[in-house]
Amino acid sequence: MSERKFRYVGTRPIRHDGMDKVTGRANFGADFTLAGLLVGKVLRSPHAHARIRSIDTSRAAALPGVHAVATSADLPEQEHGPGVDMHDLTRNILAREKVLYDGHAVAAVAAISDRIASEALALIDVDYEVLPPVLSVDEAIRPDAVLLDESLRCEGPDPKPAGPTNVAARLQIGRGDVAKGFAEADEIVEREFTTQAVHQGYIEPHAVAARTGADGQSVVWCCTQGHFAVRSYSARLLGLDVSQIKVIPSEIGGGFGGKTTVYLEPLAILLSRKAGRPVKMVMTRAEVFRASGPAGGTRIRLKVGVTRAGRITAADATLLYEAGAFKGSAVMAGVMCMFAPYDVANVRLEGFDILVNKPKGAAYRAPGAPMAAFASETVLDELARRIGMDPIELRLRNAVREGSQAVYGPKLKAVGFVECLEAARNHPHYKAPLGPNQGRGVAAGFWFNGNLQSSAQVSLNEDGTATVVSGCPDIGGSRTSLAIMAAEELGIPVERVRPVVADTETVGYNDVTGGSRVTFATGTAVIEAARDVVRQLRERAAALWGIDVAHVKWEDGRALSQNGVTQEPLGIADITRKAAQTGGPILGRSSWMAKGNGPSFAVHIGDVELDPETGRVVVKRYTAVQDAGRAIHPSYVEGQLQGGVAQGVGWALNEAYLYDAQGHMQNAGFLDYRMPVASDLPMIDTVIVEVPNPHHPYGVRGVGETPIVPPLATVANALHDASGVRMCDLPMSPPAVLEALESRR
Amino acid sequence: MAEVFFSSGLQAHTGGATRATVEASNVRELIDALDQRFPGLGRHLRSRMAVAIDGEIIQEPLLERLGASSEVHFLPPIGGGS
Repeated sequence: MSERKFRYVGTRPIRHDGMDKVTGRANFGADFTLAGLLVGKVLRSPHAHARIRSIDTSRAAALPGVHAVATSADLPEQEHGPGVDMHDLTRNILAREKVLYDGHAVAAVAAISDRIASEALALIDVDYEVLPPVLSVDEAIRPDAVLLDESLRCEGPDPKPAGPTNVAARLQIGRGDVAKGFAEADEIVEREFTTQAVHQGYIEPHAVAARTGADGQSVVWCCTQGHFAVRSYSARLLGLDVSQIKVIPSEIGGGFGGKTTVYLEPLAILLSRKAGRPVKMVMTRAEVFRASGPAGGTRIRLKVGVTRAGRITAADATLLYEAGAFKGSAVMAGVMCMFAPYDVANVRLEGFDILVNKPKGAAYRAPGAPMAAFASETVLDELARRIGMDPIELRLRNAVREGSQAVYGPKLKAVGFVECLEAARNHPHYKAPLGPNQGRGVAAGFWFNGNLQSSAQVSLNEDGTATVVSGCPDIGGSRTSLAIMAAEELGIPVERVRPVVADTETVGYNDVTGGSRVTFATGTAVIEAARDVVRQLRERAAALWGIDVAHVKWEDGRALSQNGVTQEPLGIADITRKAAQTGGPILGRSSWMAKGNGPSFAVHIGDVELDPETGRVVVKRYTAVQDAGRAIHPSYVEGQLQGGVAQGVGWALNEAYLYDAQGHMQNAGFLDYRMPVASDLPMIDTVIVEVPNPHHPYGVRGVGETPIVPPLATVANALHDASGVRMCDLPMSPPAVLEALESRR
Repeated sequence: MAEVFFSSGLQAHTGGATRATVEASNVRELIDALDQRFPGLGRHLRSRMAVAIDGEIIQEPLLERLGASSEVHFLPPIGGGS
């Protein structure tokens, strides 16, 4: 990659959507209103597991003010298939044969008021045959386990369960000779870890408004990470043509992966089509917890061996991940990420995707990786102590570099893990003194970073400003990052570039905002579109000057003649004002199926303070180091790092879905589901390492996923340093820590 | 000739073979050739696999070109929560 000097990349302009957001003017999902709007509500299962004998909606439909009632009978049957399994998705948005978790949607109504909609729900008669719930992977894999889906058979290589099972898949990767590797080890640590289901905790609940015209065209306003996905899933679930649905994304109050699927959107479209009036649906916070997708709980058994010289000789792990009510946990990513930072010759990693009577899991930042890293990074910490080696040094001695064969298969290209480890080791935080009852931990993390499909347009306006149109909802400042990249190519200030997130009919197809892909994939599309615009600008300038385009150079936002004849440089406005004379409007476009989003690595340092009387653990200082390849807008990279840490600390210390023995969620609200708030956290320091990704014009790597991977083990290792207690079960809440302290005494 | 590496999960379909050398200009041809050598493997690779070619993970790889000495790894699809 050439050592290009950037003018706008790496600067920190105010985000284009910032003023509206801080002044409360931005429009989020629940803000839309329309004439004649009906209120849509969902009847949810009071049981974690039950067979539906019958649903009678006649009394609800007869209630004055009710305009539509819907059940699964209104949706066409779907087949199992690869990718997103529509057979399961249709059953998740409206239950059919069974309800599979507390809060599972059973029916939906649209009425003229919230009160009447609620009354209508109470008039829907559902006859349930209540079944015993399966609430953990341990229960689910027992030979005599109650089955969620009698037709389910385990996929994957043997050995695996034969016949009906709750285990949807067995997965395995590995290489080398694990037994030989352990025989070569001087120290071996074998431990078992558990984590609980946790929610992304986005502040904005799922919300949608849908209107269907007399021509059968539906328009949908919703908060989503992927409005093209909403269109696609909804069309398939409802048996409509994709072209019959237009989706307009609102601003989004957090997603973190949890808004990459559909819950309410198909229901709102269905109800609006039945009622002939627009319908708005907004989840309550309790509904968000009970019925949208968390990251599932896990049980992980792990054994790792090292030599006294600090070489990892072997790793053997079994990862059991809760999928929730339908198959599709993130266990494979967990398996693949677990030792991705390390060059280990002998590895056997197997994973199991397991159904339980909890909401179907959804993506949550680096899906599957934080739980796996909690186990591996905790064991590495223990091994470092056993052999008396600095924990960063142990990681450095095993770190993957360019050319290393990743545990999950391919040889890595340029990666920045070593640089992150060195930056962490050299950071003042790593050497700072600790106070009483304080401890320090470190841990590393990895994420692949996604690619997928992106489209973008760059158009020029007559005054020389530019508009960047993309189709990726902005959940982390991507709009401004895209504008910066367009500004860099066009050579004009970022403030003169307006970035727009367009609806499904206004820009080419875009996959979801997720997997840390937008700044890389859509950013590359924007750069290509802007370069197309620059090519046209040079052509137009050449036409105006009457010279060959080869003699026109684009520099600092101006066309310069290079043919030896002095010409007054032409800015964008000079050219666009005369666009009609030179060929018409100037528009650049680019679409691609992205590839080459380089993986990212992170190293975190965390200090905690333990109150030995109460078991309360407080994070006192935290530093996150991560390779961003190239930070387009450093503030938003730092924000991603800080946000990931905050969520990871919550996962480590407090967050957990709590269920009673019947499978009813006990803490479906922010008072009882304890996420960190600002006063719980210190200022989170960040260090951006830049090892450019050779596959991006500027070197960008995705950054949003990786920062949630290390905090679980970072905090656990810090707590061990403070107390001598090794916590292998999350969350490390005060009662759990106190119990661990007391059991040691 | 592309060199193909099989993860332990795939080796059940390859009779325990950990790698193979195949003449193919793209991934589709590669899978066809592998299916001839290991009957049934092709269906598995087409339905469930992502591919890493020379270190780069490709999510829709069928028409992806292979170099004269490409290193190919079939990977389980990276998913979760979709």
